[in-house]
Amino acid sequence: MGIKISNDAFFERVDDGIHNTFMRKAVAEAQDRLEGRKTVLTEEMGDWEEWRLLSEEIRQHTLDNLDYYLKQFAENVAARGGHVHFASTPAEANAYIQQVARDKEAKKIVKAKSMVSEEIGMNEALEELGCTVTESDLGEWILQLDDHDPPSHIVVPALHKNKEQIQQTFTDKRGYTESSEPEQLARFAREQLRDEFFDADIGITGCNFAVAESGSISLVTNEGNARLATTVPKTTIAVMGMERIVPTWEELDVLVTMLCRSAVGQKLTSYVTGLTPTREAEGDGPEDFHVVIIDNGRSNILGTKYQSALQCIRCAACINVCPVYRHVGGHSYGSIYPGPIGAVLTPLLEGYDDHKELPYASSLCAACTDACPVRIPLHELLIEHRKDIVEKEKLGSTVENIIMKGFGFGAGHSMLYRMGGKQVPFVMDQFAEGKNGRGSGPGPVKMWTEIRNLPKSRGESFRKWFKNREKGGGSS
Amino acid sequence: MTEGSISGQDAFLDSITKRLGRETPERVERPAWSRSPQKQVLAEEDQESLLQVLISHSANIHTEVLTTTSGEAADVFSHAVDELGGGPVMFSRDERFEECGLSTWMPPSSSKTEVHVWNDKDGEGSMQKARTANIGVSVADMTLADSGTIVLLRNEGRGRAVSLLPENYIAIVPKSSLVPRMTQAARRLRAFSEAGDTFPSCVNFISGPSNSADIELRLVVGVHGPVRVFYIVLGDM
Repeated sequence: MGIKISNDAFFERVDDGIHNTFMRKAVAEAQDRLEGRKTVLTEEMGDWEEWRLLSEEIRQHTLDNLDYYLKQFAENVAARGGHVHFASTPAEANAYIQQVARDKEAKKIVKAKSMVSEEIGMNEALEELGCTVTESDLGEWILQLDDHDPPSHIVVPALHKNKEQIQQTFTDKRGYTESSEPEQLARFAREQLRDEFFDADIGITGCNFAVAESGSISLVTNEGNARLATTVPKTTIAVMGMERIVPTWEELDVLVTMLCRSAVGQKLTSYVTGLTPTREAEGDGPEDFHVVIIDNGRSNILGTKYQSALQCIRCAACINVCPVYRHVGGHSYGSIYPGPIGAVLTPLLEGYDDHKELPYASSLCAACTDACPVRIPLHELLIEHRKDIVEKEKLGSTVENIIMKGFGFGAGHSMLYRMGGKQVPFVMDQFAEGKNGRGSGPGPVKMWTEIRNLPKSRGESFRKWFKNREKGGGSS
Repeated sequence: MTEGSISGQDAFLDSITKRLGRETPERVERPAWSRSPQKQVLAEEDQESLLQVLISHSANIHTEVLTTTSGEAADVFSHAVDELGGGPVMFSRDERFEECGLSTWMPPSSSKTEVHVWNDKDGEGSMQKARTANIGVSVADMTLADSGTIVLLRNEGRGRAVSLLPENYIAIVPKSSLVPRMTQAARRLRAFSEAGDTFPSCVNFISGPSNSADIELRLVVGVHGPVRVFYIVLGDM
């Protein structure tokens, strides 16, 4: 798939997002629920800021010594009989993974969720060899069955779909005959996928954090599919972004705690699994254990003012509080990494050419920075991007033109502006709650009223209110 | 497993070293972190209050906790097996089952229920038995009160599949295995890796049944792993 998920222009994608009523409702509810659960769990801790400071310190120390810890990790994996391949580019990573598949004469591959495998287009590379790649994470499997619909959230990839759409996909693609209840849909996935694990020649997973001191990889999951993918097949491959590493199990404890609480509001997910190669033959687990460590533009971020972006632990807490994501949804970002972290990271990994609008897809309200468990100053990095776009790339004019054009027209025609202003209270009240109510506004108002109530106006314009206030007679 | 290997390392690490603007350090001492909130959690609690924390959190993660002693364990276990719909039952190979009062359940079992024990020497056969078992059973190596988590180390005979493939799972939890949180387990794992070559190939932290919220963010309990989970805590162990 690669990082980029769409060839449409940014504003076309935003338009699609804003007009997708179901998606906007789903995103708003998801944000409220995920953020709510996180708040409950972090407040209960009482010292969340201490945890954040410690996590930031751990991530900064690790990045400052990344070469040392990656070397230590690779040595420990190899000493225990595992294989480590360092890949600077997606092509190098895919060539290695293809070679493993060829050596094993693999036909069937079962995969657990991995963002970095999406980033490098691994599935397509394996399919070129004639392998079948089955996504086993429930959300990813739904998207794969639905003709490779791209993910819209890094933790809940099929967030933009409702259960009826999922039921329809299962019916069309797999002859599903039951209801749209999530329990029945999940049961069907369990039954359909169980055989895939047993038939698979290779299991592929991501890696939440590698542990340098023991040569282990860790997987933080809920469904059990990543455990199956590393228990049943004889060969496993873990693909990891090069920054996803901790020095020891003590730091893993802290970061896993932060990831689970920030991502899904759980103390720990159902499964946190540490996997380490072993020379002893065991009755289950892989005989061949591969780890592919991927750079793909990350090293260019090291040593720059953007280095803190590499602290990211992929929890999506910033996405879950972002007012812009709430309205435009994940696909609008045109990247497998949406939301504030996506707006920071995507242009760093892929350049500004295709992604110059992303740093502007933010109100700079800083909710993302406050939510980040590893204290990445996300909104400040977005400002840095804007500076770089304007100063270095000379691309600023495009975006500014777009913003100024709309404002310029209204403000430049003062008669229109004042007249329009006076009409607002009367016109808007027709669509506010209690009259025509929710879901009834026309044009631009409709997009608002479809997902929430329009507040009733006070019967005066801001200009009029301000004038009266100056005289001392305005309502407060 | 074959000999290990590392490829593509030098150029890859060079570009990191260059970016960081210094030589690769010979040795990096892990800093003394400026704070350690994780060590304060439940730090003063005794085993009894840790047990209460475990019981109370288990309700949040759809896990039933039964407390008993090794003397009564066989009876309590039989009831749990009945409630989960009976056999076949798949045990991991673990001498602690005898100490935990479950010797009557070990083959040749006196019970009418079909019973199997994981055998590393017959991986394929064990895997098929785990696949068709209704209940998997193992003994917790550590238990984390704060998050309602049992920790399983993949040592000899302790198949990964036992706690994964069957529809239901029972963990036998010695009360003495209770620690406040993941921090204490991490310390023990550090000790393994410092000791050298004996690191377990798989460490599982299991907190209740598998679940998913991938469809409309509605929680479904039981996806690819077990659907129902019981912890049987032995107060005298």
